[in-house]
Amino acid sequence: MGLIRDFAVQGAQMVFVLLLAPLVLGLTRKLKARMLDRVGPPILQPYRDLLKLVRKDVVLAENASWLFRSAPYVIFAVTWVAAALVPTFATGLQFSWTADLIAITALLASARFFLALAGMDIGTAFGGIGASREMLFASLAEPAMIMMVFVVALVAGSTQLSWVANFMLTHASLRVSLGMALVALIIVALAENARIPVDNPATHLELTMVHEAMVLEYSGRHLAVIELAAALKLLLYVSLIACIFVPWGLAPRSSGFMPLVIGAGTYVAKISVGAFLMVFFETSIAKMRVFRVPEFLGAALMLGFLGTLLLFVSRSF
Amino acid sequence: MPVVVALWSVAALIALAAVTPILVARPRSATRIVYTVAGLAALVLLGAAGSVLLGLADGSREVVLPIGLPWVGAHLRIDPLSSFFLVVIDLGAAIASLYALGYGAHEPHPERVLPFYPAFLAGMNLVILAADAFSFLVAWEFMSLASWALVMAHHTSEENRRAGFVYLVMASFGTLMLLLAFGLMAGPEGAYAFDEMRRVVHASWLPGLVLVLALLGAGSKAGLVPLHVWLPLAHPAAPSHVSALMSGVMTKVAIYGFIRIVFDLVGEPAWWWAALVMALGALTAVVGVLHATLERDLKRLLAYSTVENIGIVFIGLGLALAFRVDGMAGPAALAITAAIFHALNHSLFKGLMFFGAGAVLTATGERDIEKLGGLIHRLPVTAVMMLGGAVAISALPPLNGFVSEWMIFQAILLSPDLPQWALKFMVPAVGAALAFSAALAGACFVRAYGIAFLGRPRSTAAATAREVDGFSRVAMGLLLGLCLAAGIVPGLVIDAVSSVAIQLVGHDMPRQPLWPSLSIVPVSAGRSSYSGMLVFLFILMSSAIAMWAIHRFASRAVRRGPAWDCGFPDASPVTQYSADSFAMPIRRVFGPVAFDSHIERELPPPGDPSPAKLKVVKHDLSWEILYAPISGVVGRLGERFNTLQFLSIRSYLSLVFVALVGLLLVVAIWA
Repeated sequence: MGLIRDFAVQGAQMVFVLLLAPLVLGLTRKLKARMLDRVGPPILQPYRDLLKLVRKDVVLAENASWLFRSAPYVIFAVTWVAAALVPTFATGLQFSWTADLIAITALLASARFFLALAGMDIGTAFGGIGASREMLFASLAEPAMIMMVFVVALVAGSTQLSWVANFMLTHASLRVSLGMALVALIIVALAENARIPVDNPATHLELTMVHEAMVLEYSGRHLAVIELAAALKLLLYVSLIACIFVPWGLAPRSSGFMPLVIGAGTYVAKISVGAFLMVFFETSIAKMRVFRVPEFLGAALMLGFLGTLLLFVSRSF
Repeated sequence: MPVVVALWSVAALIALAAVTPILVARPRSATRIVYTVAGLAALVLLGAAGSVLLGLADGSREVVLPIGLPWVGAHLRIDPLSSFFLVVIDLGAAIASLYALGYGAHEPHPERVLPFYPAFLAGMNLVILAADAFSFLVAWEFMSLASWALVMAHHTSEENRRAGFVYLVMASFGTLMLLLAFGLMAGPEGAYAFDEMRRVVHASWLPGLVLVLALLGAGSKAGLVPLHVWLPLAHPAAPSHVSALMSGVMTKVAIYGFIRIVFDLVGEPAWWWAALVMALGALTAVVGVLHATLERDLKRLLAYSTVENIGIVFIGLGLALAFRVDGMAGPAALAITAAIFHALNHSLFKGLMFFGAGAVLTATGERDIEKLGGLIHRLPVTAVMMLGGAVAISALPPLNGFVSEWMIFQAILLSPDLPQWALKFMVPAVGAALAFSAALAGACFVRAYGIAFLGRPRSTAAATAREVDGFSRVAMGLLLGLCLAAGIVPGLVIDAVSSVAIQLVGHDMPRQPLWPSLSIVPVSAGRSSYSGMLVFLFILMSSAIAMWAIHRFASRAVRRGPAWDCGFPDASPVTQYSADSFAMPIRRVFGPVAFDSHIERELPPPGDPSPAKLKVVKHDLSWEILYAPISGVVGRLGERFNTLQFLSIRSYLSLVFVALVGLLLVVAIWA
C-alpha cells in the first residue's frame, strides 16, 4: 500500500509540474503587466500559445541537422526528469534516491549543453552569440549552485532533496549560512531562467538577448517543447527555493490524503508568492550589460563559498 | 601465473618492435601485422590484469629475473594497484590498436611510427609490472624515449621538432627527480626492491622531500601545472592514436608512479602533503580548462583538457591523503576510489576524443577548428561518437565523467570533520575550483563541437570531407559504449576496484547495491545516492513520451526553408560565429587574471586609409615566469662556457688534472 502511494505521489508530481509550469509563466506575465499598469495577457495564454505552436508546421533551416531536430526533446526530457525529483507538495518521493541535488544541477547543465549546441547548429551569428554568452554565465552560475548545494548539504547532512526538505521541516532554524545560500540560489535562478537583470525574456531581436538568441531558429512543435522546458525550469527553481527554505506545509512521507491536499494548497500559494516577488524585483531593476553579469554571478559564487566556509569552521553557523 | 603471462606478452611486444624495421619494407602489410599483434598482446595483458583485479587469479607472487642490478635483479609482480592500472593501459592500448588498423593506413611515414608503437606499449606495461626501483626507472625512461620517437614521427615541421625538444628536456628532468626520490627511499643499504623499501625506517624530514620529488617527477609526466608546458606541445604532435595513448594512458602511468611512491612506498603521510597535492590539483584543473577553452587547434585543446582532468584526479588523491592522515578510513576510500575511477574515465573519453580528432584530421586534413564546420552532415558516425565523448568529458549525466566528479564532491562534503584548520579553509576552495572547471569544460566542448561539427563548412576541405573507415568507427563506438557502461552501472566499477582501495588506504567503499537499480551509495542511503541507470532510463522514457505524444496528436509536418537569423540570412559561412568569437566573453572575463591578456588597438591617424587593427595578446604565465628565466640562465651559461670548446690540448690536460686533484681532496676530507 505504502509503495503504491509513493508511486502515485511520484507520478502525480510529474504530471502536476508539467501542467502547472505554463501557469507560472502566465502568472508572472500577468503580474508584471499589472505592475506596469497594463492589462496584460490572460493567465492561461501560455497554454494557448503552446497549443498553437504544436499544431503548426515546423519550418527548418535548410542545413539543420538531426541534432537540431532532436535537441528539443532531449532538453525537455532532462528538465522534466530534474523537475520531477524536486519535492513540490510532498517529501519522500519514490525516486528521490535516483539523483541528488548535485545530479539535478548536472542534469540542468546537460539541458543547457544541448540547448547551446542547438543554437550553433544552423550556423548563424545569433545562435552563436547566445550560446557563447550562455556558457559564460554557466561557468559562474554552476559553481555558485554547487556551493549553495554544499551549504544545504552540510546543514542537513545529505544531498538528497527529500531528506533535506524533511530535515528543514523538522529542524527549522535561522542560520547565517542558509541566508547566504538563499541569496546565491536566487541570483542563480534569475540567471538560469533568463530573467531581468541578466536577460530579458520579453525582448526579441535585440543584441542583448541570450536565451532567445539560441532558440531563434526554432518554430512549431520544436519551439513549443523548448518553451515548455523553459517553463518547467522556472517552476523547478521556484520549487527548489520553496522546498529548501520554506518547507512548511509539505506533506511528510507516508502521510494520509489530507496532508497531501494541504501540501498542494500551500505549494500553489508558495509559487504565487515566489512569482510575485520575482516580478516585483524585475520591475524595480534595470537589465545589466552582459559584462556586468559575471560580477553579479560572482557575488552569488562568493556568497555560496562564504556560507560553505562558515560551515567548515563551525557547524552551528 | 598472470605475471608470467604478462611478461611473455611484453616480450612479444618488444620482439615485435625489433622485427618491425624488417617488415616495413611492405608498409601496408606491416601496418596490419604490427597493430594486430600489438592489439592481441594488449588483450592478453588486459585479461591477465583483469583476472588479478577481480580476484580470479593471484598475481602477488613475485617473479625475479636475473637482469638489472646484479644484487637486486628485476622484480616483477601484479598487486591490486598495478592490476587496475594495467587494465587502464591495456584497454586503451587494445582499442587504439584497433583504431590504428584504419587510421595507420594514412600514415605517410610508417617506418617512423610502427617500430616505436609496440615498444611504447611494452614500456608502459613494464613500468606498472616493475616491483623494484631500477626496473621501474629503466622502464619509465624506455617509455619516455619510445613516446619521444613517436612525437618526432613527423619531424619535418618546425613546431614538432620544438615539441620533441621540450618533451625530451622535461622527461629527463622528471626521471631525474624520480631517481632521487627512489635513491632517498632506498636508504644507505640500497634497498631497491619495493618490498625492502617499505621496511626502511626513514628520517623524519625524508618522506616530505620524497613527496616533493614525486610531485616533480611523476607530476611533470602527468602534466601538473606548472610542469605541464610540454604536454600541449608533444601530445598533439604524435599521430592521433599515439596522442590518444599519450594523453589517455601515459598520464595514468604517471599517476600510478605518484600513487605507488606516496601511498605505498614512502610510509605515513603528513597533513601538509594533502594541502600541497590538492592545491596543485585545483590549480591544474582551472588553468588547464581555461587554456583549453581558448584553444583553436583541436588536438591541442584536447591536450589541455587532459591537464584539467589530471588536476581533478590529483584533487581526489589529495583528499584521500587528508582523510588517511586523520584516520578517516571510509572517506579516504571514497576519495581514492573517485580519483582512480576518474583516471579510468578519462582514459576512455580522452581516447574517444583523440580518435575523433584523428578522424577529422583524416577526413579534412585540418586541426584548426576555425576551418571546419558542418561535419555532422559529412561524418555522421564520427559526429555521434564525438558528441558522446563531449558529453562524457563535460561531466554531464548519465555518462561516466559525471559519476567520478560526483564522488569527489561527496568526498568534499565529508571533509568538515578534518581537524586541521588549513585543510578546512582549503577544501571549500578546492570544491569551488572543481565545480568551476567542470562548468568551463562544458563551455569548452560546446565550443569545440559546435564550431567543428555544427554550423556551415568554413573551408572546402570541411565541405568535401568523407566519413572515415570502419576500424576507426568501431574503435570509437567501443569507447563510447564503455563510457556509457561506466556511467550507468558505476557500482560495478566501484566494487571491482575495492581491492585497490584496501591496499592504499586500508578500507574500501561499502559494497554497492545491485538493487534498487544499480544506484551508487558512497556513504549511506540517507546521505546521498545516484543511479545512472535510472536517470538514463528516465531521460529515454520521457523524451520518447514527448516525441510520441507530439507526433501522434499534433503535427509531424516539416518544411525546409532558408535560415531566419532575424531576417539576415547571408550565404557566406564567415558570417557564422567563429571559435575565437565564442571564446571572447570567457577570455575577457577570466583572461586578464589567467593569461595577463589584453587587446592592442592600432588605429591609423586621421586621413590614413589603412585598416585599423585589433590584436589579442595572451601569455602563458607559467612559461614566462618559470621557464623563460631558467632557459635564459642556461643559455647565458652556455655562452660563457663556450670558450672551453676552443682550448689547446695542454689546457684540457691541466683542467683534467685540476679536476682530479679537487676530487681527491673532496674524498680525503669526506673520509
